[in-house]
Amino acid sequence: MKAARFFSPLLVIALMLSLWEAWVQYWQVPAFILPAPSAIGHALYDDFASLMFSAWMTLRISLTAFALAVAGGVALAVLFSQSRWVEMALFPLAVILQVTPIVAIAPLIVIWVGIDNPNRALLLMAWIAAFFPVLSNMTLGLRAADHGLLDLYRLYGATRWQILTQVRLPSALPYLLSGMKISGGLALIGTVVAEFVAGSGASMGLAWRIMESGNRLQIAKMFAALLLLSLLGIAIFFCLSALENLLLRRWHESRIAREV
Amino acid sequence: MLTLTQIGKQFSGGLATLENVNLHVARGEFVALLGPSGCGKSTLLRIIAGLIAPSSGQMHWESPPARGGIGVVFQEPTLMPWANVCKNVETPLRIAGAGARERRARAMEMLALVGLENFAHAWPRTLSGGMKMRVAIARALVTQPPVLLLDEPFAALDEITRQQLNDDLLAICSASKLTVLFVTHSAAEAVYLSNRVLMMRARPGTIIHETRIDAPQRRAEGFRHSAQFAAMCGEISAALREAIA
Repeated sequence: MKAARFFSPLLVIALMLSLWEAWVQYWQVPAFILPAPSAIGHALYDDFASLMFSAWMTLRISLTAFALAVAGGVALAVLFSQSRWVEMALFPLAVILQVTPIVAIAPLIVIWVGIDNPNRALLLMAWIAAFFPVLSNMTLGLRAADHGLLDLYRLYGATRWQILTQVRLPSALPYLLSGMKISGGLALIGTVVAEFVAGSGASMGLAWRIMESGNRLQIAKMFAALLLLSLLGIAIFFCLSALENLLLRRWHESRIAREV
Repeated sequence: MLTLTQIGKQFSGGLATLENVNLHVARGEFVALLGPSGCGKSTLLRIIAGLIAPSSGQMHWESPPARGGIGVVFQEPTLMPWANVCKNVETPLRIAGAGARERRARAMEMLALVGLENFAHAWPRTLSGGMKMRVAIARALVTQPPVLLLDEPFAALDEITRQQLNDDLLAICSASKLTVLFVTHSAAEAVYLSNRVLMMRARPGTIIHETRIDAPQRRAEGFRHSAQFAAMCGEISAALREAIA
């Protein structure tokens, strides 16, 4: 079963790639429309250094934005849980930030913080994209603490700090981790969108490689950059799932294998 | 030990949950609060625990309980799923700031008392319903409180487990001379456990009837099957039917 889980998607991908290769070879599809997988492999090999450098630039911004989003989201959610008033005052602002399309405020952000340091603008945009799922899930998680346990802590005269650290935060952990899985992907998407909007010269990330190779009709290289982007997204998701599994497997219902 | 005078409680909906509740509990007594669901038994228990304030009336403790002086067992075991059994039992001591070694020793002592000394490192989700309740009882007793409040703790358990836990609870309470208030909707359970059964009625919730149970605190072996037990259960059930009507 475990082997099937691992090998069946690989088999499907291999089959699709072979079909793709055969199709392109047989119909002589021009390389500037659809390059064969072998050509993409070549492009990846030829431009390995520059592509890897770009992947690293994109990853670095994504991870920094993600870390700041988690820190900020958790901190704000904890603040909300301590004061209903602060939550009522600030939550609508967070929603406004979330629902405004990031592309629409990008030029403003570039002007405000990106003139002398474009990476700062990318970071801010990726952060805005990644921030909300953490805040929203963490807020829900802190509120979802078992009322019986809260009563128990009140009965024994626990301080707010004890209730926060011993009841609310552990209760919120599964919600936080699920928010982080969404937010990790959004941080990468946010970074790529920001790189596109910030335009050429501003960044050296994978989005810039995609634009550059598009302009030069190097479609194989464009595909290679796309492939790296997917791999980054998969790696982020995989790491966060592993973290979730590590932290929850001993006690949370979602991690308990049931024998039927 | 505890006297309630004309206690009333109204929630914000305006509905009177409790009205004119008078109650006296003596030291070392085991009092059962019996009544139909929705009659305010749990609300009364929460008022006594200090979790909610009454809207009217007075509550007077002969000697006000210190922090951790009241142990409470709720309807649900309310264990922390992210901590093992021992850590769960330690909770009240951790809140009070006791040292790790003392916490552990006291928790293990309580686990032995409820027969779970071999499950100290088990996770709550691996325990049966009855075992979870035993953990909750151990947790309520770990501060060695003089008063124990139980809110229908065994309602969700099967009959055999329930009887077993009733016997264990009686043994623990008589050994440590606890004063106990036990909420239940089962007449048989009330008769089996308590010295005194207080019958409640709903809308508005108030105590309407009181029955003394004349049986030694350590119940005799065959008490559950005796004619005396059956007669008292019959009497209380009749009063309960009247309360619901």
